Amino acid sequence: MPFKRYVEIGRVALVNYGKDYGKLVVIVDVVDQNRALVDAPDMVRGQINFKRLQLTDFKIDIPRVPKKKTLIEAMEKADVKNKWENSSWGKKLIVQKKRASLNDFDRFKIMLAKIKKAGVVRQELAKLKKENAS
Amino acid sequence: MAAKRKTPVKSRNPDLIRGVGKYSRSKMYHKRGLWAIKAKNGGVFPRHDPKPKAPAAAEKPPKFYPAEDVKKPLLNKRKPKPTKLRASITPGTVLILLAGRFMGKRVVFLKQLPSGLLLVTGPFKINGVPLRRVNQSYVIATSTKVDISGVNVEKLDDKYFAKEVDKKKKKSEGEFFEAEKEDKKELPEDKKEDQKSVDASLIKSIEGVPDLKAYLAARFSLKSGMKPHELVF
Repeated sequence: MPFKRYVEIGRVALVNYGKDYGKLVVIVDVVDQNRALVDAPDMVRGQINFKRLQLTDFKIDIPRVPKKKTLIEAMEKADVKNKWENSSWGKKLIVQKKRASLNDFDRFKIMLAKIKKAGVVRQELAKLKKENAS
Repeated sequence: MAAKRKTPVKSRNPDLIRGVGKYSRSKMYHKRGLWAIKAKNGGVFPRHDPKPKAPAAAEKPPKFYPAEDVKKPLLNKRKPKPTKLRASITPGTVLILLAGRFMGKRVVFLKQLPSGLLLVTGPFKINGVPLRRVNQSYVIATSTKVDISGVNVEKLDDKYFAKEVDKKKKKSEGEFFEAEKEDKKELPEDKKEDQKSVDASLIKSIEGVPDLKAYLAARFSLKSGMKPHELVF
């Protein structure tokens, strides 16, 4: 499969450093080899180094440096937020965030649930083994 | 202190400029009616005589002067401020003990004692931690709370936990050479009763929440990959 995640206008990217950490942004212009102009519905448009961007599979259809209104419209039309939350990458980040916010008691309950699950799996496995042996 | 006046006292002698009044001193004497007070008291202002002091006990002069000066210790009026309870600790909070023989145990906080120490209980039946005092710096407060509205801890104070003073017994000669017998100290019956009465209603409210009993019975420990500075408790 050929490489598909290009730096281009309309490419959705994840910020992985700095004060916008964890935010989904859209590349609206390329400043030079190192920097892009990025924008998102809830931020002020600004430049960012490509080293701080992780490109995603999504690309939305926008002109170069659109108005905020057109950007928001285009993002909604492309359904970026939903697609992101349903992608395996987005799901993983959501789970990580949720896990980090658990308190001590919640962690204990998860531990109990894991034990329970392992027990059920073991039982089913034993059943299957028995069937195949005979 | 007298009750506060509603309106501020206004001088009957208004200032013309600062330090110079409208009326002369003798005019003010008449205006204030001091003459009337004087006339009533036979020409003098009434005054309170100081109370006669109790005569000091006659001290015997010492026979000798002390050879060396004895320094008097300085007066120390400092009173320690009451300990501030951490905001995350409220009655019913589940705490994790960090030091001592109950290290890692999860216990229930009952109240803060006047000495600043925290009164906690396991409950004893669940994890073996008795009614006990701990310093709040040896404790992690979790966000889990237990309902302790039915628990009565009024009789528990710092004196309750004080060590018993045992009197020294005089030994007879025969006993002196015998090996000292260590009689095992038993916890007094009434303390056991107190533990039971405090824990009874507490255990009931703990059993109302699923998994909470097992949670309190388990010890806390850091596993690999747990970053204590990033954990939420």
